[in-house]
Amino acid sequence: MTATQASAAPAAEPILELDDLDVVFTTESSKVPAVRGVSLQVRPGETLALVGESGSGKSTVALAAMGLLAGNARATGRAVIDGTDIVGADEAGLAALRGRTVSMVFQEPATALDPLTRIGKQIAEVIRNHGDVSAKDAAARAVDLLRRVGIPEPEKRAAAYPFQLSGGQRQRVVIAMAIANDPALLIADEPTTALDVTVQAEILDLLRRLAAETRTGVLLVTHNMGVVADFADRVAVMYQGRIVETGTVEDVLLRPSHDYTRRLLAAVPRLSVAEPDGRAPAGDPRPDDGSGGGDATAPVVELRDISVVFGRGKRAVHALDGVSLVVRPGETLGLVGESGSGKSTAARVALGLIPPTSGTVSLFGADLARTRSRARRALRSGIGVVLQDPVAALDARMTVGECVAEPLRVHRRGLSAQERRGRVEAVLDRVRLPRDIVRRAPGELSGGQRQRVSLARALVLEPRLLVADEPTSALDVSVQESVLKVITELQDELGFACLFVSHDLAVVQQFARRVAVMRAGRIEEQGLTGETLLHPETDYTRRLLAAVPVPDPVVQRGRRAERLATLAAGRTGAEA
Amino acid sequence: MSAVIQPAKAPGTADTPRETSGTRLAVRRFLRNRLAVAGLGVVLFFVLFCFVGPLVYSTDQTHTALDQVNLAPSGTHWLGTDAVGHDELGRLMYGGKVSLIVGLAAGALATVIGTLWGAVAGYAGGWIDAVMMRIVDAGIAIPALFILLVVSAITTPGLPGLILILGLVSWLVPSRLIRAETLTLKNRDYVLTLRAIGGTHARAILRHILPNSVSTIIVATTFQIADAILLVAYVSYLGLGVQPPATDWGGMLSAGLTAAYSGYWWLILPPGLAIILVVWAFNAIGDGLRDAFDVRGRG
Repeated sequence: MTATQASAAPAAEPILELDDLDVVFTTESSKVPAVRGVSLQVRPGETLALVGESGSGKSTVALAAMGLLAGNARATGRAVIDGTDIVGADEAGLAALRGRTVSMVFQEPATALDPLTRIGKQIAEVIRNHGDVSAKDAAARAVDLLRRVGIPEPEKRAAAYPFQLSGGQRQRVVIAMAIANDPALLIADEPTTALDVTVQAEILDLLRRLAAETRTGVLLVTHNMGVVADFADRVAVMYQGRIVETGTVEDVLLRPSHDYTRRLLAAVPRLSVAEPDGRAPAGDPRPDDGSGGGDATAPVVELRDISVVFGRGKRAVHALDGVSLVVRPGETLGLVGESGSGKSTAARVALGLIPPTSGTVSLFGADLARTRSRARRALRSGIGVVLQDPVAALDARMTVGECVAEPLRVHRRGLSAQERRGRVEAVLDRVRLPRDIVRRAPGELSGGQRQRVSLARALVLEPRLLVADEPTSALDVSVQESVLKVITELQDELGFACLFVSHDLAVVQQFARRVAVMRAGRIEEQGLTGETLLHPETDYTRRLLAAVPVPDPVVQRGRRAERLATLAAGRTGAEA
Repeated sequence: MSAVIQPAKAPGTADTPRETSGTRLAVRRFLRNRLAVAGLGVVLFFVLFCFVGPLVYSTDQTHTALDQVNLAPSGTHWLGTDAVGHDELGRLMYGGKVSLIVGLAAGALATVIGTLWGAVAGYAGGWIDAVMMRIVDAGIAIPALFILLVVSAITTPGLPGLILILGLVSWLVPSRLIRAETLTLKNRDYVLTLRAIGGTHARAILRHILPNSVSTIIVATTFQIADAILLVAYVSYLGLGVQPPATDWGGMLSAGLTAAYSGYWWLILPPGLAIILVVWAFNAIGDGLRDAFDVRGRG
């Protein structure tokens, strides 16, 4: 497997060849060039990763290669798949090509499948679209495909509806449909971005195996350098619609030649997986927070044996189950876990947005359930909040200045307009935003600027606790780096405590002093970050860490082999 | 086509600042809609006609002139005279004033009540929402015309009374629209953030939810005005609206119809056409605004 990956046969004709491709979108107000002069080739059996930040045009290239551009887009240049030029081809010609010679896997498996059709039937339909196959044979082949993509009990599962499958299984079904007619080229647009890391690792393994088995060429569009290192043979880096650097995965990731690539790679948070580098083991990894009491400083926020149940009776969902957390003044607690692990719910309980079914929350030493509404409001003036979505975080109908001033209007009613403006400008300085931004609308700002405005709003009351729920997950890595840097610096300066929720282990490792790993509504383990993420105590944390791809192809190859060996050992161990 | 294939999504330009503001785009989209612009023209024409017209074409609308009844259109009376000798063109202006005032005010009142009701229900959620919306359901189940007839039979409302009654019977539909809007807005991150730092519910509704529903509210208002004008015409036509010598287009139509078989077309066509045109115009404006703001429609 490694052999096919290291070097594709150079003699083979490229299955996909883009030559000086341009794409221009016509919007209501202007013409936006999205792709400028892109040329690239994918050969059979080779995986080319197209990487870049949002707006770089990488997805547009993938769509143009499929002839799937939106109606307001115009492509010029050449995009040749297996001898057919896609640019200017008619719909009939494209339809014959799609699904048979080239097929596509999208980011979101939930919307790629028809929710009302059984998955076996959906796959069979793809097979019958492109060949004279009887319904019975197609059904049999669909089951076969489900087996190939690793769906357990494929005969039974073929009758399942998409909603009965997990996200990872759905993506496997999408892949089964994509490979149903043995395409020569597979275009995968962020195929694992919507998935958890452990699932992502499985899907990447699957794609790698299928591509190697059938010598399928793969165009992989992604922003994740770890995925690139894990999967690609060659890499093309896109920036502002152009390809700035192309080369083998080792060359580009380890010895980048273009300045942009270097900056991009430098901004990627790296999970340190090395063995202990002389860091002193910092005492008891699981301090007894709940009953200790004698700790030097009183906690800023404390969740004690919290359970949250949504719904009732048979359909009740236990979102949290016996969760206890403590955040002390000035420290950062990282809350990590996969989707559905309850980490955001725990943060919302701490914020008082979700009342716990049982257990107590104390904020700045006061029991939230026992305080009356006026007192509770006053308590909450000590909290700052930054949430994930930079678009939804700010009210589009307010100016930036009004957004940042809102907490002052709630809690410092006595301030004059001038005092208020002074406080807003001071906090904007702190988050490194220009003062004249106050008059602008949130819609005019970039994602990174918006998250900084959110941060400014969170800090304008000089809170003792900052709750940040995936504050940088929607941002590009370079922007993420600058936002995290601002938070760190301000924390040193202002000394607030921070509850930091993230799915990204590398970010948490950089950012948090202590970490709590959550899984299915429970805390799997918690302790000092340096301890827990380097020497995890539980199997789950180990698996989680092993699944994170690192942006170094050599290291990642070793990690993958190790992970697969561990999995295999676990399997034989279970069978024995 | 393979089922894996999906239509292309919009270009990833979310991070680049927009060059044209949303309001400007909305205005441009509205102006491109010819029917909506025509509607706007019709409404402006009738506003000028009813409020400025009497200054140019002044007539006596209080005293009867029994020597000049049911005259056909002529140089002195452009649209003829009615059964008690009022100049019909002047009466059209005079009655239109009442129709427009009552329609605008009742439509606005209905939207205000409906907006507050819907926003509170949607924001509160749970049993409060359930009770408030069942009240709306019950209200919608009773025809507004029926309520109007009953009320008019009990009292003879003046102009403010009529506005109040019409407003009170027609706030139900906007309340449903705004409630739906509120349900999505109340879980926006900026509302959650405000609540987390201790902001009041009133602030969340007044500063965030209502301003963000403003396009829905405006669209709802235009449709409400159209409905209210039609409703005034109904009740007046049935003789239960404003009382003589005051009148409105519905009342004029009703009075004219008694003379329908005498061939006095000038007593029927002008008020009838005016009602149709104005109601159509407000609906066209509402449609145009709805498309321009890209919000969901009525009901």
